[in-house]
Amino acid sequence: MNNQPGDGYISYLDYQGKHRGILSWLLSTDHKRIGLMYLYAVIIFFFVAAFLGLAMRIEKMAPGPDIMDAQTYNGIFTIHGVIMVFIIVIPGISAIFGNFFLPIMIGARDVAFPKLNLFSWYLYITGAVLGVLSQFAGDGPPDTGWTFYVPYSAESATNVIYALTAAFILGFSSILTGLNFIVTIHRMRAPGMTWFRMPLFPWSLYATAWIQVLATPIVGITLLMVIAERTLNIGFFDPALGGDPLLFQHLFWIYSHPAVYIMILPAMGIVTEIFPTFSQKPVFGYGAIVISSIAIAAVGYFVWGHHMFTSGMSYWSRWFFSFLTFIVAIPSAIKVFNWVSTMYGGAIDLKPPLLYAISFIFLFMIGGFTGLALGSLATNVHLHDTDFVVAHFHYIIFGGMGFAFFAGIHYWYPKIYGRMYSNRIANIAWGILFAGFNLLYFPLFIIGIQGMPRRYFDYLPQFTTGQVISSIGAFILISGLILMTANLIYHRKRGAIAPANPWKGVTLEWLIPSPPPHENFVEIPEIKHKPYLFAKTEPKE
Amino acid sequence: MSTVHSHSEPQDHAADKLGMWLFLFTELFLFGGLFLVYAVFRSQHSVSFHNAADELNAFTGTLNTVVLLVSSMTVAMSITAVRYGERRKAMLLIGVTLILALVFMINKYFEWSHKFHYDLYPGSEVMMNMEHGEILFFGLYYMMTGLHALHVLVGMVLLTITLVKVQRKRITVERYHLLENSALYWHLVDLIWIFLFPLLYLVT
Repeated sequence: MNNQPGDGYISYLDYQGKHRGILSWLLSTDHKRIGLMYLYAVIIFFFVAAFLGLAMRIEKMAPGPDIMDAQTYNGIFTIHGVIMVFIIVIPGISAIFGNFFLPIMIGARDVAFPKLNLFSWYLYITGAVLGVLSQFAGDGPPDTGWTFYVPYSAESATNVIYALTAAFILGFSSILTGLNFIVTIHRMRAPGMTWFRMPLFPWSLYATAWIQVLATPIVGITLLMVIAERTLNIGFFDPALGGDPLLFQHLFWIYSHPAVYIMILPAMGIVTEIFPTFSQKPVFGYGAIVISSIAIAAVGYFVWGHHMFTSGMSYWSRWFFSFLTFIVAIPSAIKVFNWVSTMYGGAIDLKPPLLYAISFIFLFMIGGFTGLALGSLATNVHLHDTDFVVAHFHYIIFGGMGFAFFAGIHYWYPKIYGRMYSNRIANIAWGILFAGFNLLYFPLFIIGIQGMPRRYFDYLPQFTTGQVISSIGAFILISGLILMTANLIYHRKRGAIAPANPWKGVTLEWLIPSPPPHENFVEIPEIKHKPYLFAKTEPKE
Repeated sequence: MSTVHSHSEPQDHAADKLGMWLFLFTELFLFGGLFLVYAVFRSQHSVSFHNAADELNAFTGTLNTVVLLVSSMTVAMSITAVRYGERRKAMLLIGVTLILALVFMINKYFEWSHKFHYDLYPGSEVMMNMEHGEILFFGLYYMMTGLHALHVLVGMVLLTITLVKVQRKRITVERYHLLENSALYWHLVDLIWIFLFPLLYLVT
């Protein structure tokens, strides 16, 4: 097998196809270029939403209105949520790293439907632009929160339709990406790569893709029903017409809870790649990780009711949903044990990707345990709709998915750009991020338990200490984000040339040059053994 | 498994079919949301649903069911025709399918406008004075048949594209997956109607 740079090697970044200049990106069906287009879009929207988050924290520096009124605050937390959830974390890892690395890691030249892939990106951009437009066009920014709960979302005079349509289109894009990945994994694995020789990041994408395909249509039709309620007087959720607002909550969470697993599963996949590489040791319990991914996807489908314990459900439904919520914690915990055991006895090399991955475990566990406090019926009644929920959610999504994303970008950056970033700055940025993150979100647990409601722009004086610490944390977090991003952007063209395999990884992406050539492989490799066999370990098959 | 494949080359037939089936599942889930809402409200207002369904014309519904079933047959026959290399016959059969789809839509148009004539539409005064269950039934009726009609239109566009491609010999004995997938989509449109028909027209 010859996949080293030789004569005629041209990286996908320099490759000249039919089109030149910007069109060679905008019309490219190369999965790597599409992945990068997602990356740039996500980064831009992420900073928009992050600064909106900062604005909320500034508002909460002191009780009473500081820099904005209540209605502006409502608009800001809504669009912060809509952008972060629908534009960044749901597509995030699948669309960026999934697109870029899924075909390479299974030994394929592209995804199964390259044109559909590009179409998904355009749908994504359309939805994203529509989401941003909702802020400016028409009757003022939507103020319903990202959850669009009826009856308010059916009655609010603001631009809710824009945001609903944006979420609908983004959902469609997500479905098509999921569909593409399922077919790719089924049909395009390299010869010899049986299901259980497939690396674990593709496995996590596979589990995710099924949730995308099976759950997203439900939220699609639900959003359509709200649109119909606003425009066509169809009142499925309007009690005045016989409808039922609770029905909306059920339909919404049937999708939106599995959506949390759409966010976190690929993140788990990334760190599962990182731990073996930086421990130079096969992943501990390959089968357990695969099965737990599938189990999370499957059980995660049936826990939506835990968002509605205080909304009015029968005793047995609450019992059932609470029980399943505890069950879904088991496969998550199995993964944590697997990651830690992978490091045990390994040759640990504490590079930035591993640093982020380890902090992922730490933050994810705090998020996970507080999730159990929310999943218990008795404590939930007290904690529901407080800042405790906000803190829990951000620990899972930002501390989990966000930090795994950062781990991933530091892990694969040399492969994507063929350059190295500064390890020192990456480490410093990590320290600032980690400190800022905990300072920002941990106090919210405490004031949440004390009774601080979520989504309020004002608060009682007794919460001042917690709110101020949290706001200081927000500034630290943002500066860490800027430093980290600057390090990556600066070294994109100026960093030291990266070798094909800077971390001594053994999955397929490390066998090809950095950056990869247009067609990924000169010759499709034949897979003869399990993944994650490092030099020192004896092949068992 | 190891089909030679790049960013532009066409992928293998099995992948196309798998992708289409997955897409059809998402469509079923999309309608599934509405079926779920139907189930909830019907269990709450079974008598009103019964009364409201009396307003629908079962004859029109039956006619449309027959039209769609026949169109599903003709589109399936067109695949066989392409497989035997009978291009003209295939074009004729796709054409007949399109005409039947048009008949369905015209029928639907008259059905809807008839109701609008009697002020029977969401938000109208007539409807506001009805019982809750009846309002919900007609809401579901318009939303379900409306979304279904939208799918009929999409199916017609797909079939028109395949018709042109058969005519230009882009769909041939060797390569007819686009026709097959469009036909699958058409069967889905048919299948959903098969469920809509009894739920809306025959619950009296």
